[in-house]
Amino acid sequence: MSVLVNKNSRVIVQGFTGSEGSFHAGQMIEYGTNVVGGVTPGKGGSEHLGRPVFNTVKEAVEKTGADVSIIFVPPAFAADAIMEAVEAGIKVVITITEGIPVKDMMVAKKYLQNKGVKLIGPNCPGVITPGEAKVGIMPGFVFKKGRIGIVSKSGTLTYEAADQIVKAGLGISTAIGIGGDPIIGTPTKEAVELLMNDPETDAIVMIGEIGGNYEPVAARWIKEQGNKKPVVGFIAGQTAPAGRRMGHAGAIIGGAEDTAAAKMKIMEECGITVVDSPAEIGETMLKVLRSK
Amino acid sequence: MNIHEYQGKEILKKYGVTIQRGIVADTPDSAIQAAKELQAETGTKWFVIKSQIHAGGRGKGKIRETGSHGVVLAKSIAEVPDKVKAILGGTLVTHQTGAEGKKVNKVLIAEDVYYPGEAQPKEYYLSILLDRSKACPVIMASTEGGMNIEEVAEEHPEKIIKEWIDPVVGLQPFQARKIAFALGWEGNAFKEGVRFINSLYTAYLGLDASMFEINPLLKTSDNKILAVDAKVNLDDNALYRHKDLAELRDITEEDPLEVEAGKAGLNYVKLDGNVGCMVNGAGLAMATMDIIKLSGGEPANFLDVGGGANAETVEAGFRIILKDPNVKAILINIFGGIVRCDRVANGVVEAYKKIGDIKVPIIVRLQGTNAEEGAKIIEQSGLKVFSAILLKDAAQRVKEVLS
Repeated sequence: MSVLVNKNSRVIVQGFTGSEGSFHAGQMIEYGTNVVGGVTPGKGGSEHLGRPVFNTVKEAVEKTGADVSIIFVPPAFAADAIMEAVEAGIKVVITITEGIPVKDMMVAKKYLQNKGVKLIGPNCPGVITPGEAKVGIMPGFVFKKGRIGIVSKSGTLTYEAADQIVKAGLGISTAIGIGGDPIIGTPTKEAVELLMNDPETDAIVMIGEIGGNYEPVAARWIKEQGNKKPVVGFIAGQTAPAGRRMGHAGAIIGGAEDTAAAKMKIMEECGITVVDSPAEIGETMLKVLRSK
Repeated sequence: MNIHEYQGKEILKKYGVTIQRGIVADTPDSAIQAAKELQAETGTKWFVIKSQIHAGGRGKGKIRETGSHGVVLAKSIAEVPDKVKAILGGTLVTHQTGAEGKKVNKVLIAEDVYYPGEAQPKEYYLSILLDRSKACPVIMASTEGGMNIEEVAEEHPEKIIKEWIDPVVGLQPFQARKIAFALGWEGNAFKEGVRFINSLYTAYLGLDASMFEINPLLKTSDNKILAVDAKVNLDDNALYRHKDLAELRDITEEDPLEVEAGKAGLNYVKLDGNVGCMVNGAGLAMATMDIIKLSGGEPANFLDVGGGANAETVEAGFRIILKDPNVKAILINIFGGIVRCDRVANGVVEAYKKIGDIKVPIIVRLQGTNAEEGAKIIEQSGLKVFSAILLKDAAQRVKEVLS
């Protein structure tokens, strides 16, 4: 099983021949991900990294049977790339691109509504199911196969958590980097839900940040569902000053649930084991599993 | 990106949003000139002198040097120069600027819009911003204008009207009418109000704004609707398609170290603590700040070096952190993925030698690709640098150097 990506995933790379796309596509192929081709408008018909290049996603899907796309297209064209992938029938769209205008993302997110598509990101490290598929930019060797799922807003903090899980003698089922932008395709709750329903995942690490309300929403959902699997949580930004990242009026919508302290409290109340220190994620997970 | 009130109003005006008119000035002489022009244009008898800084609370705030408020009224052109003198060049301290305040380089000379007439002038609140969880813009309005909207939200949440806009179909006329009715507007005020909301939303989309806050929005004594203040925040990611707006950036409003860091491709936020840090990735950077606190220190900054931690970025980071006299130690925390730890370690050693006399202890925690080679390079460098691989060891080191 595992979630989102596995050894059967047929992956195409949008922005295949650009420098970022080339480098990471090479790394993914080396990892063993089944990269079946790439898309760069205007370069169709050529070959890159031993894989075919197509002009459109539609053509790539028809010729290769691709079902997963990873996007490295520059920010000005990335929302368009997401919608092109959706239109072509791709069901998992993973967007690495950082810096997409909010207005573009609002439209792209609306476009994929009710189409049965999972958009991961943007501004994320991607998704990895160790030993099967790495569809992202994370260092593959850190993630050893196991039964702990990870959901995280942050890139390097995901690697940190995975490393601690592995050093604790455990391993990773699937790690999902959901991204740190104001608008993302798959918020924390949706990502946690995938792992809760995955028979190959025994427990979940949930890593959040200040701002927005994704973690409280996820925490309440976990509780409503009866805390089916143990969750260890961490919120980065306990020492971050208020008002530096968000506008004045923006704080109202998120309400009082925006701060790290508030999020941690809600998570604890919902039965999540919350760690104060990001250095204790691995050991805490081990303790939680042993006490079960 | 934030812009000044006078800039925001000028742009909104281009979209047909009605505003309190004004002319910006940066000397007492040009302020007189501005007042004369404004009087000729609008017939106003009184003048509102408004400090232009990137912070709210200007009316209640005071100029440290003179005791003048940040927004004052001149009841004739003759009163303008002295009142402007008491503001320009001074340091305005408001509840949003912190104790250090902000220097006022410009004032807006604005028309008086609270003139008496058939009705009482009334203030409202109106804003447009992104609702993250719904992934669409939301218009918020309230009859409680001129107040701190966060207090209204807390004490009288029922007095805040929210209207969510479908980003694809846009603001519909019935939605603008709903807001106008809810605010109790009638007759000419209703007509003008609906038009105001429409124009404001068009501007929001056209400018790629992330927030507009019109507080107060005024219904004048003759039932006109206009923006008395305008806080405009633009989406940094979209500035590439608004070159004219990008030019409105006023770097004198920003922390000089943050500006310098930005030029070096670093994301830096100055804080008040005693332990500096340099990290790759925003989440890990915040987590590292948390570790510093848990180890008995206070973070002196947030610093994300991004994906490419090399000798140049590390050196630039060092130089910026070391300019802060409060820094007693520095923690470098790099999780090497694509970046190899041995290269980062060489970068640290190179930067250290280049800068020379670094007096504060440095803890370098390198984990990930080639972590052990990296630690070896640090340890064999002969420099006063502590090395760690595990995050908890790094935390322990911070504790030791602070005690």
